[in-house]
Amino acid sequence: MSDYTFIDHTYDVVVVGAGGAGLRATLGLAEAGLSTVCITKVFPTRSHTVAAQGGISAALGNMGEDDWRFHFYDTIKGSDWLGDQDAIEFMCKEAPAAVIELEHYGVPFSRTEDGRIYQRPFGGMTTHFGKGIAQRTAAAADRTGHAMLHALYQQSIRHNAEFHVEYFAIDLIMENGECRGVVALDLATGRLHRYRAHAVILATGGYGRAYFTCTSAHTCTGDGGGMALRAGLPLQDMEFVQFHPTGIYGAGCLITEGVRGEGGFLTNSKGERFMERYAPNAKDLASRDVVSRSMTIEVREGRGVGEHRDQIHLHLEHLGPEVIHERLPGIADTARIFAGVDVTKEPIPVQPTVHYNMGGIPCNYHGEVVTVKNGDPDTIVPGLFAAGEAACVSVHGANRLGSNSLLDIVIFGREAARHIATLVKPGERHRALPKDAGDFAVARLDRLRNAKGSRPTAEIRREMQRIMQADAAVFRTETSLREGCGKLAKTFASFADVRISDRSLVWNTDLIETLELENLLGQAVATINAAENRKESRGAHAREDFPERNDAEWMKHTLIRVDSAGRTTIDYRKVHLDTLTRDVETVPPKARVY
Amino acid sequence: MSTFRLPPNSRVRRDGKVYKAASDARKVRTFRIYRFDPDSGENPRLDTYEVDMGACGPMVLDALIKIKNEVDSTLTFRRSCREGICGSCAMNIDGLNTLACTKACDDIKGDVAIYPLPHMPVVKDLVPDLTQFYAQYAAVKPWLQTRTPAPPDRERLQSKAEQEKIDRPSACILCACCSTSCPSYWWNSDRYLGPAALLSAYRWIVDSRDEATGERLDELEDPFRLYRCHTIMNCTEACPKDLNPAKTIAEIKKLLAERQH
Repeated sequence: MSDYTFIDHTYDVVVVGAGGAGLRATLGLAEAGLSTVCITKVFPTRSHTVAAQGGISAALGNMGEDDWRFHFYDTIKGSDWLGDQDAIEFMCKEAPAAVIELEHYGVPFSRTEDGRIYQRPFGGMTTHFGKGIAQRTAAAADRTGHAMLHALYQQSIRHNAEFHVEYFAIDLIMENGECRGVVALDLATGRLHRYRAHAVILATGGYGRAYFTCTSAHTCTGDGGGMALRAGLPLQDMEFVQFHPTGIYGAGCLITEGVRGEGGFLTNSKGERFMERYAPNAKDLASRDVVSRSMTIEVREGRGVGEHRDQIHLHLEHLGPEVIHERLPGIADTARIFAGVDVTKEPIPVQPTVHYNMGGIPCNYHGEVVTVKNGDPDTIVPGLFAAGEAACVSVHGANRLGSNSLLDIVIFGREAARHIATLVKPGERHRALPKDAGDFAVARLDRLRNAKGSRPTAEIRREMQRIMQADAAVFRTETSLREGCGKLAKTFASFADVRISDRSLVWNTDLIETLELENLLGQAVATINAAENRKESRGAHAREDFPERNDAEWMKHTLIRVDSAGRTTIDYRKVHLDTLTRDVETVPPKARVY
Repeated sequence: MSTFRLPPNSRVRRDGKVYKAASDARKVRTFRIYRFDPDSGENPRLDTYEVDMGACGPMVLDALIKIKNEVDSTLTFRRSCREGICGSCAMNIDGLNTLACTKACDDIKGDVAIYPLPHMPVVKDLVPDLTQFYAQYAAVKPWLQTRTPAPPDRERLQSKAEQEKIDRPSACILCACCSTSCPSYWWNSDRYLGPAALLSAYRWIVDSRDEATGERLDELEDPFRLYRCHTIMNCTEACPKDLNPAKTIAEIKKLLAERQH
């Protein structure tokens, strides 16, 4: 790295990230005969898909009547009518085939008595458009993400897919608004690699670590979103951050919604099943935003449990040891290790915890990244694709339903690969890269590697996380959002004064964490400013000063850019209300009651 | 001629740096951590960090992160999920291979000694090179192999009892705690597959959907790949997911023995 020379590569396609979306895309591209490399900052099976627990939704109907149109309806309602209905139709219709494909890959799904894939109820998943409770979430005990991620990696080995493991992507190579490749740092050697490709897929996951307490892994730092912002591209719907109702109090570790799917429930300090008051029909299986808000109100009104009365109890002791052992074994371990609780005997103390980013890099259902150009908010950015949590297709709109994310990653990972295969022929000639290709990435790397300011990376990160936790929380008000925007702007600016101590070449994680922090900061600024801007309540974005949804003014996607000085500019995109085909009709907006 | 001492350039110096806790620290624990900087050309050393546990999470990983954040940002280790499912933070803690994220400091008596996974090439500090470990995993062809085409529009059927057989073995997180705790693997890791890869092989051998059982067993019928397991049981002892690789290896040996009759 001392002389910053590049090791150059040319591939048909480069995939950044090896979680579920990245692996499914890589696999599809390898099958299509396109020369593909997947670059990933962690070994593939360490990606955060591995931590998904409850399952993957698909109207297989293994447990009773189901129809992908019910799933379509539920997803739109869950999205609070901010989801694009064409993309939602595509996802829900393709879902059963995608899950069956996973089974054919060898995923060790739990089984029904007749040997089919076991499916459990999940929040917001209904039959007959809200009338019955659907059992739609296909599960491998409570480690479905682990089972899927390992199977996808195994299939990738089988297809001899090429991986560059423990390579950290620094920046995109852009030329006249087109993506030409990407620059990455090999951790093991400290050497820089420059990739030229016809297409780059960003499958880099979410940015949960912008918050202080989250279920997300340490590595969930939104690296793709950070790269997109620096390339001058907007991010979409960043104000919508999902708080999962059941993160373990304090530690933040996820306790799957599958617990409530299997019959678990929440109580307050009076031992009351309070969800009955907030969602008389769905109760504990209402959509996540609804449950998280209800819990927050209970705590606020003094009915929380624990020393500080800021926890809620999640009960599963009544399910019995057999059900727990068969369907929720991982939860029993996690609760024992991180909360000191024996779930067969006592409740788990939980609190709403940052879990998922509905927002991300805007793209259409083929995964093609879009931007606003000359007033057209659906202008395709040639050569750039996004999939998974990094992307905003948008199938989740203002609130994602549980078990729709594992579905999202395989559907849109696969579709991005399929679509690229129609655009790129194997071995197609490459144009020369511009002379200065990658210089932007090198300049950034060099600046940070030699950063001798006064603020250590961890200090700036902690400050950002505290601000986001306090001012972009479950409930939001103008005062706290304004204050948060102001404070965060200062934190963002202070990054110019960052200090790192490790100047070495090999495995410099001080440097990597600093590059990650820069990615997080841009997205934190985008999130809180977009939240300040949206004067309504919709899905996960709950404004106390604007408690109602306002379709007339706000049924639109936010597009937000953040420049190098932290200044934001906002545009909008229409929500796609039209469906993709005539197989299903548009679900018009109505009040969202569970 | 066997060598029983580490080569001179790998011997650990005991005169590492000492980082004292702040004077107002309430509950001080001492962490002795293996450090190796490949750029320096120096031997590895043990650095000593005093940590105020009053302001630290309960797990060893919490302490490592606290040290990296507040004391010495050059300290290098892998970590990701912090809840025992990604397998990144496997290391040797208090003499045992385990995950730093699920190992509570309170479960350790006295000073906390932290080394990288044993007998692997060290890239830097607590980061071992796992290339060979991953290659061994790939070598057992860890994917579903069938000749019968899958039903076009539905899943392959599998009974609950059949699924039960693969349920635990498929929960492996590839952390490498087991393989790197095995003396037989230390001696013969070039030819012995090690418990993690064998556990994975077993997971496919007993999968009712897989149709390559014979070939899989053929591949393992080898004095080194499988039979270097001497039932030492360190693997099972080490597994942070409470899996039992030793038992699955014994099961494979049994299947091979049964096949000969």
